[in-house]
Amino acid sequence: MAKFKKKGGKATPGISTSSLPDIIFMLLFFFMVTTTMRESTLLVQIKPPQATEVQKLEKKSLVSFIFIGPPLKKQFGTESRIQLNDSFATVKDIPEFIESEREARDEADRKLLTTSLKVDKETKMGVVTDVKQQLREIGAFKINYSTAKKLANK
Amino acid sequence: MAKKVNEINAGSMADIAFLLLIFFLVTTTMDVDTGISRKLPPPPPKDQEDIKVKERNVLKVLVSKSDRLMVNNKPDDVSNLRYEVKEFLRNTDIHNPISPEDKPEKKKKSINLPLLGGEVWPSNGVISLKNDRGTSYDMYIQVQNELAAAIRELRDELTQQYFGMRFKQLTDNNKIKAIQKAIPIAISEAEPAEIGGN
Repeated sequence: MAKFKKKGGKATPGISTSSLPDIIFMLLFFFMVTTTMRESTLLVQIKPPQATEVQKLEKKSLVSFIFIGPPLKKQFGTESRIQLNDSFATVKDIPEFIESEREARDEADRKLLTTSLKVDKETKMGVVTDVKQQLREIGAFKINYSTAKKLANK
Repeated sequence: MAKKVNEINAGSMADIAFLLLIFFLVTTTMDVDTGISRKLPPPPPKDQEDIKVKERNVLKVLVSKSDRLMVNNKPDDVSNLRYEVKEFLRNTDIHNPISPEDKPEKKKKSINLPLLGGEVWPSNGVISLKNDRGTSYDMYIQVQNELAAAIRELRDELTQQYFGMRFKQLTDNNKIKAIQKAIPIAISEAEPAEIGGN
């Protein structure tokens, strides 16, 4: 009989959950720091082309985006359109857009402002060239063609 | 005697934290933006005349409306482009101001780069990239990618020769600058035009 009594004698103590909030808070802070809210909702479809020679885009706060691609909603047509911030725009709106992007930055950072062109791969170069010409005229020389990384097949 | 204050129940703290955690988990975007960085040239002055460039110093790359490639007036394929650009821009003897007949000339001025062993004469070769308004962006990026790859490989070779590692592995800013000066990104994009073609 003694055998059976022994069995119930030592119950394993329950795992302490008092440190659970701390663990969760740690995770929470991690995601809070790494999160970047999507600033604008996309109105155009963008499938970036792939390339092998890509570089990371550093200092995200110094990057302004120009989206070019066919509209998601079909009633706007299938031809590629330019999106600045949250609305469709034309090439003529770009200087104003860049100007406002510059205003939003520190004096010292303005030179480092990069324009990232997020362009759908089916887009014709005509639109892109027009955008580039506008950027040249306003002096936004640093650009970045947004591409996905393709693994080199060698 | 003061009333005994009840302790706040901290049991729901975890739930609150979980809720916030899930919110940030959903809204977070971890993807890093990648791309090919380029610098646009400043707009040309209005009264600028055409600059004459010797034919041997230019590699003409043309992309037609229907995404076909032409290199120095001969039809070509993207897969060959990297090799051709490398051969064109390769600067075998960087200390020699005279280049072989079949290569582009050296720049008129040398740069003093002690890290690369004194005076360096970079190649004067320029890749002239021209595309039609109807060229697809995908094709354009493929071409740009090949050009970037060619220059990267040339820089790798030079870095290997002098510092025994690849260009990307360099950490010393002076070395990076020296290599960049010895092999500049010599891509010139023509003013856009309708070149047509099929």
